[in-house]
Amino acid sequence: MDILSLFIVVPALTVLVLIFTKNLKQARIVALAGSLVQLGMAINLVFSYVREKEVNNAIMVFTKDVIWFKNFNIHYNIGVDGISVALLLLTAIVVLAGVFISWKMEDLPKEFFISLIVLSIGVYGFFISIDLFTMFVFFEIAVIPMYLLIGIWGTGPKEFSAMKLTLMLMGASAILLVGILGIYFNSNSDGGALTFNILEIAKVNIPFEVQRLFFPITFIGFAVIGALFPFHTWSPDGHASAPTAVSMLHAGVLMKLGGYGVFRVAIFLLPEGALHWSWFFIILSAFGVIYGAFAAIKQTDLKYINAYSSVSHLGLVLFALLMLNKTAWNGAILQSLSHGFMTALFFALIGMIYGRTHTRDVTKLGGLLKVIPFISAVYVIAGLASLGLPGFSGFVAEMNIFVGAFEQEDIFYRIATVIAISAIVVTAVYILRVVGIMLMGPVKNDAFLNLERVRWYEKLGILLLLLPIIAIGVAPLWLSELILQSLDPFLKGVL
Amino acid sequence: MNLNYVILIPLIPLAVFLILGLFYNRIKPAISGYIGVLGLVISTGLSLYSAYQYFIVIGKTEGIYQTLVEKTVWMNFAETLHIDMGILVDPISVMMLIVVSVVSLMVHIYSRGYMKGDPGYTKYFAFLSLFTFSMYGLVLATNLFQIYIFWELVGVSSYLLIGYYYTKESAVAAAKKAFIVTRFADLGFLIGILIIGYYTGTFDFETLNNPEGASILNWASSSFMGLSMLTWALILIFIGGAGKSAMFPLHIWLPDAMEGPTPVSALIHAATMVVAGVYLVARLFPMYYFVEEGYALNIVAFVGAFTALFAAVIAITQTDIKRVLAFSTMSQLGYMMMSLGVSGYEGHEGLGYMASMFHLFTHAMFKALLFLCAGSVIHAIHSNFLKDMGGLRKYMPITNITFLIAALAIAGIPPLAGFWSKDEILVAAFEHSKFIYIIGLFVAGLTAFYIFRIYFGIFWGKEGNYQQKPHESPGSMTAPLLVLAFLSIAVGFIPFSEFISPDKAGFETHINYPLAAIAVIAALIGIALSWLFYKKENTLADQFANRLGVLFTWAFHKFYMDELYLFVTKKILFNLIARSAARFDKKYVDGTMVGIGNQTVNTSEKIKGLQSGKVQDYAFAFIAGAVILAILCIYIWS
Repeated sequence: MDILSLFIVVPALTVLVLIFTKNLKQARIVALAGSLVQLGMAINLVFSYVREKEVNNAIMVFTKDVIWFKNFNIHYNIGVDGISVALLLLTAIVVLAGVFISWKMEDLPKEFFISLIVLSIGVYGFFISIDLFTMFVFFEIAVIPMYLLIGIWGTGPKEFSAMKLTLMLMGASAILLVGILGIYFNSNSDGGALTFNILEIAKVNIPFEVQRLFFPITFIGFAVIGALFPFHTWSPDGHASAPTAVSMLHAGVLMKLGGYGVFRVAIFLLPEGALHWSWFFIILSAFGVIYGAFAAIKQTDLKYINAYSSVSHLGLVLFALLMLNKTAWNGAILQSLSHGFMTALFFALIGMIYGRTHTRDVTKLGGLLKVIPFISAVYVIAGLASLGLPGFSGFVAEMNIFVGAFEQEDIFYRIATVIAISAIVVTAVYILRVVGIMLMGPVKNDAFLNLERVRWYEKLGILLLLLPIIAIGVAPLWLSELILQSLDPFLKGVL
Repeated sequence: MNLNYVILIPLIPLAVFLILGLFYNRIKPAISGYIGVLGLVISTGLSLYSAYQYFIVIGKTEGIYQTLVEKTVWMNFAETLHIDMGILVDPISVMMLIVVSVVSLMVHIYSRGYMKGDPGYTKYFAFLSLFTFSMYGLVLATNLFQIYIFWELVGVSSYLLIGYYYTKESAVAAAKKAFIVTRFADLGFLIGILIIGYYTGTFDFETLNNPEGASILNWASSSFMGLSMLTWALILIFIGGAGKSAMFPLHIWLPDAMEGPTPVSALIHAATMVVAGVYLVARLFPMYYFVEEGYALNIVAFVGAFTALFAAVIAITQTDIKRVLAFSTMSQLGYMMMSLGVSGYEGHEGLGYMASMFHLFTHAMFKALLFLCAGSVIHAIHSNFLKDMGGLRKYMPITNITFLIAALAIAGIPPLAGFWSKDEILVAAFEHSKFIYIIGLFVAGLTAFYIFRIYFGIFWGKEGNYQQKPHESPGSMTAPLLVLAFLSIAVGFIPFSEFISPDKAGFETHINYPLAAIAVIAALIGIALSWLFYKKENTLADQFANRLGVLFTWAFHKFYMDELYLFVTKKILFNLIARSAARFDKKYVDGTMVGIGNQTVNTSEKIKGLQSGKVQDYAFAFIAGAVILAILCIYIWS
């Protein structure tokens, strides 16, 4: 078995074993074991990748190619570069943290963990695919369990939210499929066979008219799940209704599929289209950055605040990708990772606070630092990380994005960049507002005086997410170099 | 000569922070205090030793103090730009090391007494160490990005310490305000850095500040709205500095920051962090001076002069002693900025720059002392307000005498430290612009007046209505007072211009007797007036205030700057923009998406009647369809 296919096989085996478990205790142990192995593999992959890269200069390494559906030339074709390696590691960590956070999932535990792991199969598969069609299939595998996870284990208007989320993402998939097929049917402009292979297509010169037509379609198809304004509205409702671990996984990992897809497919395969359309999507994404931040100020539900914050932070990812230079791209990938850890951490903490106080309304909470100091202190740290404090991952990512964006000298880019940068102030406002109201101040409700202290499994989940945030923030060089050296192939088309 | 051990100076407080932070629950409070003090003692020793090494042992090479740099790449942006981490040792960074070390050490020692019995004792010392580490990092920064990184870190330490009493709503609000206002200013700083990075291709101070370097010689290469891009960058960077150093109109956070524990105010909001803005301009001084004939530097001068005056006027009217001191700090910071603004570059022309750094140094000593004295008073009578004080000289002799020394120093009475540095500033201003000199002189008089107003108010006048007899503070608190009092007298005699000048060559200064005499007379007038008004209880001050009428009311309300900011943030940003963004999102953006969904449902609702299941309906549709098709066929055929 090759090193990458294991990322599909191990979770699949985990699911298989999960089917035979009888209660929460068994289910969570199996899920834990599965995700621990997965994390070990992801860490191992990072080292193997670095070693392999020293001797192998290919764009994608550890490739494997099996024909899957001959008539349309569809392959099970996998491989990784620095970007996907980093995202795989993110996924493994968030999944494991999610298992810890769901340690006490009382309702239908077996089914819950199965859905969770199936979802992760989709994500892993997506990040290692080189074949467009296979990639699309994994994309769908990741999205569909979401409907069940929110619809069954959610809270509040869960059916509505699940339906809304799924329909909007499915709608995007439909658009995306058009884009992918458009690319496929133009993948042989020099007369060869049609192909879904990304690396092959990248070598072909797709005519400009075709690129101009299919770039926006592909871009929007992916960017909906990346919370592009104005297609982001599935996210606040969806997150608010979803159970904790699902929010973590969804915001932490699934939303990253958007940015990754935009980069790997839309920009890589349709660079001239990207050059042609970038101004339009820069306006949307820069606006989304500041708009999401302002909208977050006035929310009272913790999960809504975090959802709008994601709109803002992920807007920055798309914004950076469209700047079409290496520094900004590096920033975009770093921001994806950083936001993945941070937002998962936020949702985990929100889940713990909700589990104890039974409310997510900030105006009803107060003085939590006094009663649940550990959780509150980590919330403060996560908040500081989220507002881009140096020493945490967000700063590193944002600085790459801003420096990269400044490489575009045109006045239009300058204005868009300044708008995007000014979000750092608005972000500080909504973060410190929550910290001030919810964690500091006097304890508002006497019922809060005896809240349960943090449990060991919660602590583990928290630390698992917090450590990478600090590690990237303090010593960014290793990671940014890992990503940076994979960016050259993308640059070829946009010069 | 090797100065590598300088790297330990910041790392030791960092280690203390990590130890105290990670083993928060396991360390006894008393021990954590000792660990904090011990760390600072080592750092202070190293700082003093490195100053000795740098200025005396190494000394000048080829007539100037060399800049020593050790650095390593922290992150690469792309091919050319990168962020380095490292240490830069030059005259002003060594000077700042001493300021930070001495004041921080005194504050650490003092805090052991002041914070005794506080439930968050360990946390407090952890935050203090975090701050000290960040401040050292800022001082030693080798490039713009490194200084920005530590700039943010001192900002967050300040946030954490202002909000230290986190159950108090006002402290929480003050912390938030301080962070957000300075963050807003930092936005300017960051954009300035990005512009510099793009147009010069480097963030490195050494490269940027080289008067023969490309960044200074080619400043005119690009322009925007009539000014060169580098001038824009310097103005934006100054906005960042103005935010940290509480220059008008970004000063509004500093008075509120007094919600923090008083030793914190002494350390962060008087002696060290707030001078970061001054330090930043000084750090980039060659650029400020040479780029576009010092256009940006003129702005620095005028903002500084205006702030000095503005804050001094407000300081006269305030009744909370810590706020008086806060406005006083603001005013003195304005003084330093002004002095930088009027400075030239070479030889004696660099007097303003030297005077600014000198004043930064002396001010750190006597202002920290003033705050610690105020803390000692507050500790004794549990109030910040002048009306609760009076006649304390009998009960608190040491605090009284040390406060008096500090007050004389800030008023500029010879031979105390403040006299020397203030005199140099006034000389520099006089040589540059008479207008700025007059402002400076007037502020000197005001300073003497307001500081003696609170001195007489606290220690003389009618005795306050004390619940229990006030007593002198314990030795751990008075010892730092005595040390700082000694320094407030002594440091004025350091021949500063030998060590610090913009061209790093040093020059000789001679006292300008006529100007010095005028300055001392202004200070004495100020002191005499406050003697008249406040030494014994009388109504002169109130009468005078009434005479001033609206001017007094405005000054008392700090010229309504807070109200203006509240209007902009609450009414415009929150209610107008943020609320409409949230509503717009719910109603229109989301409404459209949900609307599409509902429309789909409605449409299918309407057409679902076609699938009625009645055979008659289908038969009718079948026949109707057949007939229509037949008609169509006939029509097409013919």
